[in-house]
Amino acid sequence: MDNLQLLTYIVVGFTFVLYIGIAVWSRAHTTGDFYVAGKGVHPIANGMATAADWMSAASFISMAGLIAFLGYDGSVYLMGWTGGYVLLALLLAPYLRKYGKFTVPSFIADRYYSKTARVVAVICLIFISFTYVAGQMRGVGIVFSRFLEVDILTGLLVGMGIVFIYAVLGGMKGITYTQVAQYCVLIFAYTVPAVFISIQLTGNPFPQLGLGSTVSGTESMYLLEKLDLVVQDLGFGAYTDGSKAMIDVAAITLALMVGTAGLPHVIVRFFTVPKVSDARKSAGWALLFIALLYTTAPAVGAMARLNLIETIWPGEVAESQPLAYEERPEWFRTWENTGLLDFTDKNGDGMIQYYNDANPDFRPTAEAKGWEGNELMVDRDIMVLANPEIARLPNWVIALVAAGGIAAALSTAAGLLLVISSAVSHDLVKNIFAPNMSDRGELLTGRIAAAVAICVAGYLGYNPPGFVAQVVAFAFGLAAASLFPAIIMGIFSTRINREGAIAGMLTGLIFTFGYILYFKGIFITPIAENVPENWLFGISPEGIGVVGMLLNFAVAFTVSRFTAAPPVHIRELIEDIRVPRGAGGAQAH
Amino acid sequence: MSQHSSQQSPQQSEHQDRRDAYWNANKRIMFGCLIVWFVVSFGFGIVLAEPLDNFHLFGYPLGFWFAQQGSIYTFLILIFFYAWRMNKLDREHDVHEE
Repeated sequence: MDNLQLLTYIVVGFTFVLYIGIAVWSRAHTTGDFYVAGKGVHPIANGMATAADWMSAASFISMAGLIAFLGYDGSVYLMGWTGGYVLLALLLAPYLRKYGKFTVPSFIADRYYSKTARVVAVICLIFISFTYVAGQMRGVGIVFSRFLEVDILTGLLVGMGIVFIYAVLGGMKGITYTQVAQYCVLIFAYTVPAVFISIQLTGNPFPQLGLGSTVSGTESMYLLEKLDLVVQDLGFGAYTDGSKAMIDVAAITLALMVGTAGLPHVIVRFFTVPKVSDARKSAGWALLFIALLYTTAPAVGAMARLNLIETIWPGEVAESQPLAYEERPEWFRTWENTGLLDFTDKNGDGMIQYYNDANPDFRPTAEAKGWEGNELMVDRDIMVLANPEIARLPNWVIALVAAGGIAAALSTAAGLLLVISSAVSHDLVKNIFAPNMSDRGELLTGRIAAAVAICVAGYLGYNPPGFVAQVVAFAFGLAAASLFPAIIMGIFSTRINREGAIAGMLTGLIFTFGYILYFKGIFITPIAENVPENWLFGISPEGIGVVGMLLNFAVAFTVSRFTAAPPVHIRELIEDIRVPRGAGGAQAH
Repeated sequence: MSQHSSQQSPQQSEHQDRRDAYWNANKRIMFGCLIVWFVVSFGFGIVLAEPLDNFHLFGYPLGFWFAQQGSIYTFLILIFFYAWRMNKLDREHDVHEE
């Protein structure tokens, strides 16, 4: 076992001991503890837990890599995944906290006085959460197999075991305090390499400022200016310009924002604070903790891209010779072993010609130099994980990144598993099938549901249905088109009734599901080619949740207009959630 | 609500008026924040990004900065402003928590 691997085992092992210790210390004793941590979580602690809950393997591992290769177009993730918190803080969190019960489907069931609405909401919730959790378990598997060099199954089983201990034992209470620890691990792991790399490239220790600074050793060459030049020399579009249509950029951004505000595992975090005013503040703390990573990510992306290009093209980019394959650095070899980095010597000269061969305007230049196609395939997912190695940072930084990736994936997985288990035990079993169940019986049912959900998630992580990447669009689109409008209308309108809400949710759900299926073909072959010419209003499947949401609103308003108004006690419920006074502790049904 | 206010006693209707005044003030603050939210992200970060890129903030083209940094900082300020302003409003209308 080499030095790096030993270090990784020590760092990852230490974090696991920490998580289990917290779980034992914060065991859940009542359903209130299990579902909403007894509503006693400090707003700052809840903000940290929300940040860890929200930032998944996708944020930690994939996002900076996406931005590195998309440039300006990557902004949809940055704005989309942070702007949703404004919607949460202004439109949802304080009112749902005042309402004060345990789950999102409970609110929809009470507000729309309907068991059918509850079942529809539970179906949306379970679908959204399982698609998401499968990706997290996969992330755990990848990190384990790369850094600890165990096979993916072993990695998955260890990850499942850890989540099992603290989610099943501790419920929301255990998860909350573990997530606080996981946040600290992941943010430290993310920012340390970013600070090092920012200092190397620009001399500025703050990556957010480094990205806007000049390159070290030059007087007037800004980093972004240099990046724009080198990528264009290789036939790519300028880094700071976009290539997507404006309407699609706007639609994806809005779908991600609204989807964020409609994700049940995020909403439920605001049920855990003691007061309505805490719920508002806590959303701000959550975004502050998230913004630490999200404002660093664009710097990580841009700097990693520049480092990668400068490694492959040590001289004048595209003018001199690129790196010879025989002289490739150590990190290149390790990542080649995982298949996430791949070199094919198309023109047989032993040099790594990395450029954009999909650009027809650049083809004559490439042909004149004897290049016969791009020879380097770089998986976007490795940019964050390989970044410290590319920048030649010390081994302990690399070990830290492994622990951070695992923390990000485990914290999100645990939050998702908890909302799945509470939807099953509280909304389905307690409220539909066995209304006379005791608190202890419900707690046991919740624990069993969490255990079953972990097994299903582990199975999905090991045998990813070929579509894990595609289903991310699903989770956000469905949350935006189904749950978000139903909750918003439930708070801001006294006129939307049972019939309207159910019809609206089903319309949004079926439309969005159908559109994604039509172009992405999950379970079936796609019906139409997924290209801009075929899209409705030029909106891609990633952004279609916005149209689904508008349809949901329109259908709900129309149907409600022609059916009976909600009963008087529902109007009283709405009036009551609109004022903060009177938000007590946990209430049972 | 106006539909049933005719059957209410003067006391109840005064209570209702106070609630309506609070709710309307809340909505005004909320819409103000949402306008800023929209203008900064969809306005500066997307629709106007290209013309704004002609201006620079250090090494950042301005539109690019709004899309990848500025909008996030604005969101943060907006939420803390809203939380502070609403706490004040809760007290002004005497609906704050004990």
